[in-house]
Amino acid sequence: MPDRRVLDINPSRFMTLALPTAPARAKTAATATPGQWAAAIAIAAFLLVALVIPVGTVVYVAFTEKGTGDFTLVNFVDFARTDLLVRSTWNSIYAAVMTVLLATALALPLAVVTTRFEFRGAALVQTLGFLPLIMPPFVGAVAMQLFFGRSGSINLLLGDWLDIEIPFMEGLNGVIFVEGVHYFPFILINLSTALRTIDRSMEEAAQNLGSSGLRLFRRIVFPLAMPGYMAGASLVFVKVFDDLATPLLLNVKDMLAPQAYLRITSIGIADPMGYVISVVLVLLSVSAVMLSTLAMRGRDYATVQRGGGGLARRALRPAEHAIAWVVVTLILMLVLAPHAALLMLSLATVWSYSPLPDGFTLAHYARVFGDSSVYITNTLLYASLAGLIDVVLGAAIAYLVLRTTLPGRQWLDWTAMAAVAVPGVVVGIGYLRTFYGIDVGGVPLATLWIVIVLALAVRRLPYALRACYAALQQISVSLEEAAENLGATKARTIRRVVVPLISGGMLAGFISSFATASVELAATLMLVQSNSDAPLAYGLYVFMQSPAGRGPGAALGVIAVVLVAICTLLSHLVVERQHRRQSRAGAGPAVPGATG
Amino acid sequence: MTALPAAIPTTPSVDIAIEHVDLWYGTNHVLRDVDLKIRPGEFFAFLGPSGCGKTTLLRLIAGFNQADRGRVLIAGRDVSDLPPWKRDVGMVFQSYALWPHMTVEQNVAFGLEERRLPRQEIVKRVAAALDLVGLGALGKRRPAQLSGGQQQRVALARTIVVEPKVLLLDEPLSNLDAKLRGEVRRELRELQQRLGLTAIFVTHDQEEANTICDRIAVMKDGTVQQVGAPSELYDRPRNLFVAGFLGSTNTLDGIVRGDGAARVFETAAGRIPLPACRVPEGDMPPGAKLVFRPHHAILSRLDSPLAPGRTRLDGKVRFMEFLGATERYGIAVAGGAEVLVDLSHGTAPEGLDVDTAVAVDIATDRLLVLGE
Repeated sequence: MPDRRVLDINPSRFMTLALPTAPARAKTAATATPGQWAAAIAIAAFLLVALVIPVGTVVYVAFTEKGTGDFTLVNFVDFARTDLLVRSTWNSIYAAVMTVLLATALALPLAVVTTRFEFRGAALVQTLGFLPLIMPPFVGAVAMQLFFGRSGSINLLLGDWLDIEIPFMEGLNGVIFVEGVHYFPFILINLSTALRTIDRSMEEAAQNLGSSGLRLFRRIVFPLAMPGYMAGASLVFVKVFDDLATPLLLNVKDMLAPQAYLRITSIGIADPMGYVISVVLVLLSVSAVMLSTLAMRGRDYATVQRGGGGLARRALRPAEHAIAWVVVTLILMLVLAPHAALLMLSLATVWSYSPLPDGFTLAHYARVFGDSSVYITNTLLYASLAGLIDVVLGAAIAYLVLRTTLPGRQWLDWTAMAAVAVPGVVVGIGYLRTFYGIDVGGVPLATLWIVIVLALAVRRLPYALRACYAALQQISVSLEEAAENLGATKARTIRRVVVPLISGGMLAGFISSFATASVELAATLMLVQSNSDAPLAYGLYVFMQSPAGRGPGAALGVIAVVLVAICTLLSHLVVERQHRRQSRAGAGPAVPGATG
Repeated sequence: MTALPAAIPTTPSVDIAIEHVDLWYGTNHVLRDVDLKIRPGEFFAFLGPSGCGKTTLLRLIAGFNQADRGRVLIAGRDVSDLPPWKRDVGMVFQSYALWPHMTVEQNVAFGLEERRLPRQEIVKRVAAALDLVGLGALGKRRPAQLSGGQQQRVALARTIVVEPKVLLLDEPLSNLDAKLRGEVRRELRELQQRLGLTAIFVTHDQEEANTICDRIAVMKDGTVQQVGAPSELYDRPRNLFVAGFLGSTNTLDGIVRGDGAARVFETAAGRIPLPACRVPEGDMPPGAKLVFRPHHAILSRLDSPLAPGRTRLDGKVRFMEFLGATERYGIAVAGGAEVLVDLSHGTAPEGLDVDTAVAVDIATDRLLVLGE
């Protein structure tokens, strides 16, 4: 079934930081056409305006003296001398490391049980395990406090029965807990895929030589899955630096992202310390990505051989099966607790200092639909536009990198991917500083909603790019050569052959960009200038600030999750239908073999 | 690999018995009442087309498949309930299955480490095994840095270093180029002999099986069709499938008539007398066909006298293929059938152009009548 690969919307194709190695440069006579040059220049211009210049501005300001513009390191010396900022740095690193550990603890059992054993709930786990990603983590933070906070359900019950209290949500614990639960799918998805692509003969060879059980897992299986695990883990690590709203809502101010935000919003856009913090954030993120890339260099073990198939799934004995269900259920209950709490909160009349709400009502939904529908329409508009920009740019970059000999084409890929390592708060600060001075019809450019779209697009471009890249990589160049041989120009070939064949990958890229842009707040928090331009996540954040707003906020949160889930499901159905149609048409043999 | 370094100590050779094994994949009956005895120190082959169950049978011996009925005995001991890691049978995988995250040495050391041998002993035996396959200098490399032939040798070293009683080889030559294949084949045979291993070789290539193995089990659709030495299978195939799988054959449809010395095989091309010595009397299997090899016939002019011990069919030349040492003629005989005749280069009568009428003289003592 080779055609499956073209339409594969397996998230691991793009929910990863791993940069592909440069494809072997095909020796073709063709030189770049004017159209390709034009596309490359347009993409470069976009990346320059949307990413390079704003981030460059942030770095420039951090290294220059206020007023004179001379180069200076004094801002960094100040940073190192400020206890609060040094503590924030260590707190951010600590939270990131601990979040990775927690996310691993949640993801590893699920990945192993669903890929290595015959386990009936595998599809359920893989579906539910994806859910946390389509909910803003800070919404989860509010919801989790209801269950796990000092006066949350669990601690109230524990206090009644055992007279103990567990500080799940106190300070950094809360951030780690919320983000671990929220971001573990990145590890789950990448690790599961890595486990599935290990050739079963790798395992059988070890068994044949006398190895089994945990030892076999430790010595053979896990090392082979390591690249996948590292891809997921580094993404989680970077995401913790990126997340701004969760610590803010949990009232944890001594972390880097909140500090950068608070500096800019309370002291002002001219204060250099916000920029210095931003540079530190970028440096930490970039080094995390580089470290994981270096550690995994030359270790891309795609071991599935032709006709091989993935790891053999072992049947579980009844007792093992029971244990597996208990473990899986406990983990799923934990990671879905924010969703459950959010749903209950959205329906609750009053829920305070009690394990469960006092009563239920639909009033919050009525209020949200009445007052706040603008948030929903804004989000649909912004996220669709951002997703659209992303697939167009992603497909174009993938084509230029894989199919042309354009000089510098790899740089487009690298620059677009670099957005992964730029925390949202840095993008926000950079946009404010860069676009505030640009006047558009009497108002600063930075105050227009289109800037929010730009920020969302550039932040989500890596996902769409990787999806398009993977799709295009699966297609044999000979399909395009056949079209050209029959008289089609490059442009016609792209339109009639390339785009139809990678449409599945493009749609998958759109879904991931759209879904994650819908719940994005880190970059947009600073860019929203008026309520009428605000997206859903911003509205949620505003609601969640006050105890009275939590009910309507939760209702809005539920609507957001349902909305994104429906859009994702619809796109998935479209992909499936198209896949079936192409299978029937016998597209299979047209796509070259799996291992090639 | 030809130079013999410090030889690895060998264990006494063992026999393998596969007793009435049946195996299903769901509703798919993959192995049907397979019953085989493999002698100690024998080089044995499972030969058959893809999907015949040969790899399934090999994996059954290694413990990666479970029989639904029947059992497997190694050295007289029933291993059916042992997991793969307790069977002590070495397997070389078709893909080699070298672990990419380990060096060559680490790959080879793995099985010894699993057996908790002392470090010194491991180092010594890994070096000996790598020397044995001629890769002593490449221990620090990673598998990806080796050629296909070298990877194959590492896989072999990794297997034999643990001194298994049985060596299982799953199409080990299929990923090598043609030139290397012949070389590795001879080396494999030599190593097996020297270590006194009982080896089983799975292949779909009759030439590979013929050149390396003592005996072959020809398989089709999950059943063993015939077991025997290569020449035995070639000369006395038990049925049409075995005859056709090992070398080229000519088959003619028809029916057997008469009995004793008067027995004839009646075909559309003519009546062919069947001497009792080659084709036993009694019930012929249904759908039986007359079978002979292309080199068991010669071509003559229609007017030439028939040599003793031969029977003649008239035909017309359809094509000639020059194969080097032999020339292959395609002859259309009466009734529309086509037979192939191989002649040594230069021995054909002159003027055998396409459409020339010609006589096919078949050696009667080579004739077989076989059923499906």
